Amino acid sequence: MTVDQTIENQDEAAHLESETTEEGMPISVQTQKREHSPIASFLGSVWAIVWKDLQAELRSRELISAMLVFALLVIIIFNFALELDARTRATVTSGVLWVTFAFAGTLGLNRSMAMEKDRGCLDGLLLAPVDRSAIYFGKAIGNLVFMLIVEIIVLPVYSILYNTNLFQPGLIGVILLGSIGYVAVGTLLSSMAVETRTRDVLLPILLFPVAIPVLIASVKASTGFLQGLEMSEITPWLNLLIVYDIVFTAVAFMVFDYIVEE
Amino acid sequence: MQAKPRLLTILDIVCVILMIIATGMVFLYAPEEAVMGNVQRVFYFHVSAAWVGMISFLVAAVAGIAYLRTARMKWDIVGLASVEIGMVFSFIAVVMGSIWARPIWNTWWTWDPRLTTVTIMLLVYAAYLMLRAGIDDPDRRARFGAVYTILGFLSVPLTFFSARLFRTIHPVVIGTNQPGSEGAFDMTPRMLQTFLFSLFVFTILYADLLWHRIRLGELANKVEQLKMKVMS
Repeated sequence: MTVDQTIENQDEAAHLESETTEEGMPISVQTQKREHSPIASFLGSVWAIVWKDLQAELRSRELISAMLVFALLVIIIFNFALELDARTRATVTSGVLWVTFAFAGTLGLNRSMAMEKDRGCLDGLLLAPVDRSAIYFGKAIGNLVFMLIVEIIVLPVYSILYNTNLFQPGLIGVILLGSIGYVAVGTLLSSMAVETRTRDVLLPILLFPVAIPVLIASVKASTGFLQGLEMSEITPWLNLLIVYDIVFTAVAFMVFDYIVEE
Repeated sequence: MQAKPRLLTILDIVCVILMIIATGMVFLYAPEEAVMGNVQRVFYFHVSAAWVGMISFLVAAVAGIAYLRTARMKWDIVGLASVEIGMVFSFIAVVMGSIWARPIWNTWWTWDPRLTTVTIMLLVYAAYLMLRAGIDDPDRRARFGAVYTILGFLSVPLTFFSARLFRTIHPVVIGTNQPGSEGAFDMTPRMLQTFLFSLFVFTILYADLLWHRIRLGELANKVEQLKMKVMS
């Protein structure tokens, strides 16, 4: 930890202390007081968890660098495996991209939950006086941010390496929708997978069959945008993506309590 | 140890008799299909097996919800039993379908929506069994299993829908056919009777197997408890 960060931490700690002394009551009472606006307090705890993940990542840079290098390696391997010449590229680009995202995403999902488990942080999080679903949304948004960062870097690299323009608003939208669905299920399943004996192996096995609709729809919609098909051909896939996102976020929200329950 | 219930024994016997009748109907009562010939006879048991596969996964999902609500071990046993039976019957349906598809579609396998969906469904429930195998704590195993059956069951129709957006060649015998499906036919009254009877028999068979499997699950739990007692 650098000197700057230590100072920052101390500042934060001092800030927290001053807050408590100003109000003149312990933190637990404060949370009770804050329940006057439940939505704000819920969003506050979600944000706190997201911020914690981002800060931890900012300092260690373990996850993103691993995901990123892995993603680039996958793309390079595809280059040899598929002979990505100009003609094949037009049809397989979206497939290559989504396989890359899915694999890199699994890596990130596994790591982000294993980190919590290994250092006993998950128990700490569960002890916090917040709604359990806030923990789910916090972790899911953190994972989504990591996945999007990787995608933001992979897209221009792919564009340069294979001389295809991937910067189309439609494609970006599809990537966002697809990542949301993938992460929504992935976060839920990774919190299940970490509790098992075969944790690292189990996550892709649990996740891929359930995430197939999202992958099919994303690949198809991306191909549609890349080949400039008419909107009427792409809309069904987009609808499917939106339905999947909504259904699985809702289900994850409902069942997450049962997964972390002790 | 509890004795085998009388009713279960009766159900076993009824099942065997009904299966013999159904087989007889398929081969002797139902007429030969004009275009496809005798290979069409596989259809009766093929659809029935697929039907049992579907309802058993539905039962598993319902048992999952029931477990999450009540936290009673009984529902976990029902869920596991149903998934196992469902996997066997889905696999039987796939094998029978392949036997039919070879002469009719000229291939054992094709990436048609139904075939794709069934494959992915089998993978989902294989993952379910692996998930259970990886957890020692029975309570947690039951909770995670319940959650996964619900997720899996929700993803199946979406998988089907996404695969269906590709064009299908699988015939739809009940309801309207999409253009381009190959191997469709109209059922004569005798065929319809055989078909409905097969569905009925397979449903009874499912109930019988489920009962047996639940009993087995309960006994296995008891053995586990006894082992714990001896160990401690």
